[in-house]
Amino acid sequence: MNSLILQTATRVLVALILVFSVYMLLRGHNYPGGGFIAGLIAASAFALFAIAWGMEAAQRALRVPPGNLAMSGVLISALSGMLAAFKGEAPFSGQWFQLIGDKNSGGISISNVLIFDIGVYLAVLGAVLTLIFALEEAG
Amino acid sequence: MSWLLALPFLIPIFTALAAFPARGRPLLCGSISICGCVLMLGIAIAIMILVETGGPRAAQMGDWAAPFGITLVADRLSAVMLLISAIVGLCVSLFSLSDIDEKRVKLGFHSFFQLLLAGVCGSFITGDLFNLYVWFEVMLIASFALLVLGGDRIQLDGGIKYVALNLVSTLLMLTSIGMIYGLTGTLNMAQLHISLATVDNPVAVSALAVLFISAFGIKAAIFPLFFWLPASYHAPPVAVTAVFAGLLTKVGVYALIRTFTLIFPTDLGFTHNILLGAALLTMLTGVLGAAAQYEFRKILAFHIISQIGFLVLGLALNSPLALAGSVFYMVHNIVAKTNLFLISGTAQRLTGSYELSEIGGVYQASPLLSTFFFIAAFSLAGFPPLSGFWAKLLLLKASMEQAAYLVAAVALITGALTLYSMSKIWAEVFWKDHPKSYCSNLYEIPRTERLQRLLPVALLAFITLGLGLVPEPFIDYSLGAANELLEPREYLDAVLGEGSAQYTGNH
Repeated sequence: MNSLILQTATRVLVALILVFSVYMLLRGHNYPGGGFIAGLIAASAFALFAIAWGMEAAQRALRVPPGNLAMSGVLISALSGMLAAFKGEAPFSGQWFQLIGDKNSGGISISNVLIFDIGVYLAVLGAVLTLIFALEEAG
Repeated sequence: MSWLLALPFLIPIFTALAAFPARGRPLLCGSISICGCVLMLGIAIAIMILVETGGPRAAQMGDWAAPFGITLVADRLSAVMLLISAIVGLCVSLFSLSDIDEKRVKLGFHSFFQLLLAGVCGSFITGDLFNLYVWFEVMLIASFALLVLGGDRIQLDGGIKYVALNLVSTLLMLTSIGMIYGLTGTLNMAQLHISLATVDNPVAVSALAVLFISAFGIKAAIFPLFFWLPASYHAPPVAVTAVFAGLLTKVGVYALIRTFTLIFPTDLGFTHNILLGAALLTMLTGVLGAAAQYEFRKILAFHIISQIGFLVLGLALNSPLALAGSVFYMVHNIVAKTNLFLISGTAQRLTGSYELSEIGGVYQASPLLSTFFFIAAFSLAGFPPLSGFWAKLLLLKASMEQAAYLVAAVALITGALTLYSMSKIWAEVFWKDHPKSYCSNLYEIPRTERLQRLLPVALLAFITLGLGLVPEPFIDYSLGAANELLEPREYLDAVLGEGSAQYTGNH
């Protein structure tokens, strides 16, 4: 679609939507949100970009083929579930790594739950974009 | 322990991930897929031995205790379904080396195939309704990708019908899962067995039961919800159709069996009457539909439907013998059906078409392939001493025990009509001369391709023969599985811990 208004607005909107998707991803750790919905939001940003600037531009903006993105997402999620093996716990058990401070006095820790969610984010983003790009090519 | 039960879906997922970067090199990619299936086979055997010696086993994912987290459960039924899925996966991935063209491999055929297996195995091993839904979704996405991969026009046409109807089924399933959660506050199947019995709302429970029958009924292709199946199954390459035919509808039947033995054990008369009516009509419409078809794969596709009727029949009759019949029938049918589709693919390779009127002469060109077809086809029709005979015998005996003579009559008529269709294929494809030119000989195919096509067919044919000639251990196993289904005390103990079974006194 060759619309100056849409193209100009898209430049701003895509950035906003992508930032919002990351916010949703991180927020999902303790509140409603998470990797799945955040991935959908990010995919909508690229869909909007594709509508305004065309398919090739959207694919260039994504930089990697969406299929690879989806598969690396699945890989990250699956591997994060395997971390429990090193501690001899059940698959997909939560693992927490203390980054700063003390566990009991509210330092900062990072968990494989977050890594799992990032994997889901990439998997959903990649899968949805694969579909959208394929349909766009066919249409 | 908990790792062992998670491996049936972890292995295919990691195999899919390993096969994806290798998709540019078809042989390497296919070998990875085969290795994954071999590993799966080993794991499935290990689980089967474990369950056979020590009863049902459960594992809590992420260490969340039973009714709250996701539970994986293996009992005899799950174990045998996992084993047979691994065998089918192995045979089809071997066959696909020659059947799937390079274009489709480059698009990621093997990855999607492994994801499909992950969905199937996940469904068989999970003990949680919502998790079952998730695996159904994995299966649906992977199967849709396999169905349209390569993008021929006929594939897209079949794919749209397939995905539209399966989305309806998914929606129904999600609705019923939401309702059952609203009624009981849990989605753990073992906990549901206990909780649902205390729900004092017979109308809601009946509505739920019917919703579940419709949702899983579409997946299983029972009457009158089967029409998506013949509309889509002839479209993709035959290796894809073979794995669909072998496994996908059976996951629906498995879900029906699980739901109506474990979750709705009390609501017998009414739901089981619906299932019985649906089973009989499924058997008849499937086999009559097949009689009207003159395309190799379409005949087989309609027979899938008719066979689904037998599987549901065992559940509807609801006696130990009948359920054992269902389990035995399921194993026999998956093996025979997959094999028939693989053979149809090779017959097409030799003769050039699937239309019965345009092909022929396979018996003269390749007696070996014809023998394998004979074994699979006449086993499907219930010829003694092949495996289908014992499966039908168990179901017939169960219906006679309950004086359900109409059921027995319908089963026998269906058997006879199946024989008619199989004889039709035999006469048209194998016996008569090729109408136009000549049927190429199996030995004109390059040696590796010949092996890739014949090995899986031979393996499946030998399983059919084995099930038929030495049926006792398998019938014993099926009876054990049926007893576990009807008396889920051990299953509940495994999931919820010892002592939970005291709640089941009110059943």
